[in-house]
Amino acid sequence: MISLQDMIKEALGNNIIKIEDNKGYIDVVVPLEKLKESAIKVKQLGFDHVKSVTAVDYIQKKQFMVTYHISSYLNEELSRHVLGLSTFIDRDNPHIPSLATIWTSAEFQEREVYEFFGIIFDGHPDLRLLLLTPVVAALKPLRKDFVVKEDSINIEVDYAAYNATKWW
Amino acid sequence: MEAGTASSGSGIHLPGMEIAKASKNRYEVMIGPAHPGSGHMRIFVEVDGDIMVKVDPDIGFVHRTMEKLAEGREWIQNIPLFERIAILDACNITLPYVRAVEKLLGIEAPERARYLRTLLCEINRVASHLYGMGIFGVFLGHSTLYMWAFGDREVFIDLAERLTGARLTHTYPVFGGVRRDIPDDFPEDARKATRYMRKRLNEYAKIFLNNPNIRSRLENVGVLTKNQAAELGLVGPNIRASGIRYDVRLNEPYEAYGDVDFEIPVFEEGDSLARAWARVEEVRQSLNIIDQVVTWLEKHPRENFMHEKFWKTAPKLYKDVYEGKISYSPKYRIKLMPIFASLKVPPGKSFARVEAGRGEIVYYVESNGDIFPYRVRVVSPSFRNVIAFKYVMPGHRLMDLPAIYGSFDYFPPAFDR
Repeated sequence: MISLQDMIKEALGNNIIKIEDNKGYIDVVVPLEKLKESAIKVKQLGFDHVKSVTAVDYIQKKQFMVTYHISSYLNEELSRHVLGLSTFIDRDNPHIPSLATIWTSAEFQEREVYEFFGIIFDGHPDLRLLLLTPVVAALKPLRKDFVVKEDSINIEVDYAAYNATKWW
Repeated sequence: MEAGTASSGSGIHLPGMEIAKASKNRYEVMIGPAHPGSGHMRIFVEVDGDIMVKVDPDIGFVHRTMEKLAEGREWIQNIPLFERIAILDACNITLPYVRAVEKLLGIEAPERARYLRTLLCEINRVASHLYGMGIFGVFLGHSTLYMWAFGDREVFIDLAERLTGARLTHTYPVFGGVRRDIPDDFPEDARKATRYMRKRLNEYAKIFLNNPNIRSRLENVGVLTKNQAAELGLVGPNIRASGIRYDVRLNEPYEAYGDVDFEIPVFEEGDSLARAWARVEEVRQSLNIIDQVVTWLEKHPRENFMHEKFWKTAPKLYKDVYEGKISYSPKYRIKLMPIFASLKVPPGKSFARVEAGRGEIVYYVESNGDIFPYRVRVVSPSFRNVIAFKYVMPGHRLMDLPAIYGSFDYFPPAFDR
């Protein structure tokens, strides 16, 4: 019985930068230009759907990490495992090839990452905003430099300015 | 897409529906967001005659920025936050988050806590399916089923209240265990509820699923083949109705699911009726699980529902009440362990999945060792089901829209998060 890690190593060959057994999934990091090629190879192994498309903002390294969590429905052996196909992209030029043409299930998820991080998925069949309005999406809310302003519990009132508006 | 009025003649205005001409012989119909059958979402439908040719779900009306909010809250505060994804399925929805954080902490809940979590998960699953069936009934104009299902759901919500103290947002599973143990007379109530529900399920089949009116609207409508369902990445009873044998409880058993005995109902037809049947059969299995878990809990001593690491920091009052030294009285305000407030989670990445009522829910949690999470990604079951509307509905009549919509048990707040 060949282990899943070996199977993936054999299929992807030297495309892999790093492969590690994380908690709950196996993370495979591939370079950006090999992402699409690797995805096609992984799909041929039997990983037939995308569970989640995630981006993480590493603001100090000026990078985004994009992870596709994929698994299988039709192959019962593979369905026990979750594979993370990750790649790092430049934060100032966030372009990544879309995998929605390979896995239809990634279509809506890529649209969501697009609006929350401003990452552009090249070749996506229908890249539009999904949840947010154009005004909010322009702020790219899930990036780390977007800080949520919280209201203070103390109401700050400028009494001088307030009194100046009154006749007394 | 401008709203026409009846007087101008450029379009037709109906309450809750706007119709505009898209091209020759094609009209765009907007269903929602204030339509009684759409929930908090809008569906753009392009119709040719009354055949849908293009369907575009427009969602996000109840988006609450949960992933962003989670980055500014302590680990424990995120549990009540994520519950709001789908309050009627609160235990299933928050459990993968708790499990993902437990993986990072390197702890595992004690055995009794695992059974208690399983118990509430199944109670939630029954309540969630009954809710879905009730809404499905009212979509098809079958208001009796709606009344029945919502009435019977109350039984299970009461059970959850007996167990946790809250009807809907229980915050029951916490890191390392659960918040409290079962009351002494709980097993008897649970058995009474399951006995009642088994009897009712047969009546549901009689009045709804075997009703000729309903069957004629559901049979061979919205058919999904096995490969299509896998390609679209749908979840839950929807794929099991299309012949895919996938359930996280089976494929990657968590909590006590490895030890209890249950079956996964799988149907081959893949139509709306099969999806409705899948839910009814799942309720039956859940009732079996509740019975088994309650029996297990009765047989075993009431101890260790919280991991030792956290339990030893519990306030004295908390311990005394649970060890039976003093009897509980409502005047006590029993709080959680203070260690949770300053909990720091070791750096790392983790991923957890759980079978919620509507399907699989997954969390990706990343920590950099701070008191806040660095990134939390939630993919709720409805998020993965909504894509079906775009690909399954075209080709059907507009009349079939509620029959397909309802059969997927789609819940907009769960999508929008």
